[in-house]
Amino acid sequence: MTLALYVPGAGVVHRLPAAVKLLALVVLAVALFALPSVAAAGAALAGVVAVGLLVARLPVAVLARQARAVVWWLGALLAVHALTTDLRTGAHVALRLLTLVLAAAVVTATTRVSEMVRVVEALCTPLRLVGVRPARVGLAVAMALRFIPVLVERADRIRAAQAARGGSARGVRALRTTVAPLLVQVLQMAHDVSEALDARGADDDPSPRHRPQEAP
Amino acid sequence: MRFRRPGAAPAADDAADPARGIELRGVGHRYGERVVLDGIDLTLTEARVGVVGANGSGKSTLARLLNGLVVPTEGRVLVDGLDTRTQVRAVRRRVGFVFQDPDAQIVHPTVAEDVAYGLENQGVPPGERAARVAEVLARYGLAGHADHPAHLLSGGQKQLLAIAGVLVMRPARVVFDEPTTLLDLINARRVADVIAGLEQQVVVVTHQLDLLDGFDRVLVVDGGRVVEDAAPGPAVAAYRALMALR
Ligand SMILES: Nc1ncnc2c1ncn2[C@@H]1O[C@H](COP(=O)(O)OP(=O)(O)OP(=O)(O)O)[C@@H](O)[C@H]1O
Ligand SMILES: [Mg+2]
Repeated sequence: MTLALYVPGAGVVHRLPAAVKLLALVVLAVALFALPSVAAAGAALAGVVAVGLLVARLPVAVLARQARAVVWWLGALLAVHALTTDLRTGAHVALRLLTLVLAAAVVTATTRVSEMVRVVEALCTPLRLVGVRPARVGLAVAMALRFIPVLVERADRIRAAQAARGGSARGVRALRTTVAPLLVQVLQMAHDVSEALDARGADDDPSPRHRPQEAP
Repeated sequence: MRFRRPGAAPAADDAADPARGIELRGVGHRYGERVVLDGIDLTLTEARVGVVGANGSGKSTLARLLNGLVVPTEGRVLVDGLDTRTQVRAVRRRVGFVFQDPDAQIVHPTVAEDVAYGLENQGVPPGERAARVAEVLARYGLAGHADHPAHLLSGGQKQLLAIAGVLVMRPARVVFDEPTTLLDLINARRVADVIAGLEQQVVVVTHQLDLLDGFDRVLVVDGGRVVEDAAPGPAVAAYRALMALR
């Protein structure tokens, strides 16, 4: 299971506030689409890789893993454009995508989930007006990241248990025989997790950050 | 949405009397028609209390009553004099709870963030939070893993993380529901040592009887009733005798 997650470090990029890094990501995305030149996209890619490897000092493997994850997409984009428009446009589009993916990887690898969650919560603050609790949104984001690997592991375990008893894990049938028991486990786990949240004071919310507006 | 004044929780705590321990008064519990616990009267003040019994006998339900995760359908449960039905938040601050499966208790992707979660809920300021998290991680041998993804820890480390996440909140009492069931011998030993070293009052539900060595009191639960209540030696003997009859 390869989720781009935090790689501890103490450099400039790690110390930048999460909000700044996320904003930079947005600016980069806008710029990549506003400047329609392959040279600009190439320069941006070089810049992102330089920041990731030299400034943030991330292991090459962290970026390579993300690049590998989208390599089929890149190939497909190139192929589609080569057939419908021209190879140059295809290269440009693929370059843009790769640049953004790697930039996002640099941000996630240098930012703790909790800092990211803080930004999400801040962005959600206006939603208080309609009764949304930003802290809850933040928790949901963190929990999604936490439980994806858990679910993958449970699914693997189910497949292994079926294989051990001679079940074959292929095709639509295998999907059905894995999904049904996984769903049962997920529901059980959701119940267990909600109990654990209760036991750890999820309902307490006493800090100003969590507390809903006082009644007048 | 609930509205609460900042002073409300401490005011409720002022009424608490730690000397009273955990009291169950005429407690019964049913899920629908099914009676799971019946006629339980107990006062738990000992530092180490164990609970044993067959699968489905009601141990987990009993444990969940102690911090208000389950509110009894009959009778009352009081912690330091606070009723779990009406003062559940104050009760949960006093009684930590560790479950069998650490995967269901770890809710944040990385180790330190997960330990900090309960402190955030309590409104502990960030500086103090970081210090307390670091201290607890060091105590349970997780200091080198602070920024590691929780899913890469071993089973034993996950359970220690779950325990750290509860103990960092400094509850006066801790309930464990089968904390060593999923662990190998070495990790079970580690967790047992951690439990033995706690200064808090501890209630442990377990099928691993050696975990009860040195306990002050052991309850044997059967069919929703406490059928034996004694020192570990006689209680475990009574439990074995009971099971031999099945
Ligand atoms: N949420 C629930 N809804 C309905 N029935 C339940 C619920 N939780 C437990 N039960 C039932 O209550 C009885 C007691 O369950 P409990 O979990 O307390 O037993 P236990 O002694 O902890 O068993 P084990 O040793 O298997 O953990 C069981 O028959 C169980 O099926
Ligand atoms: Mg149980």
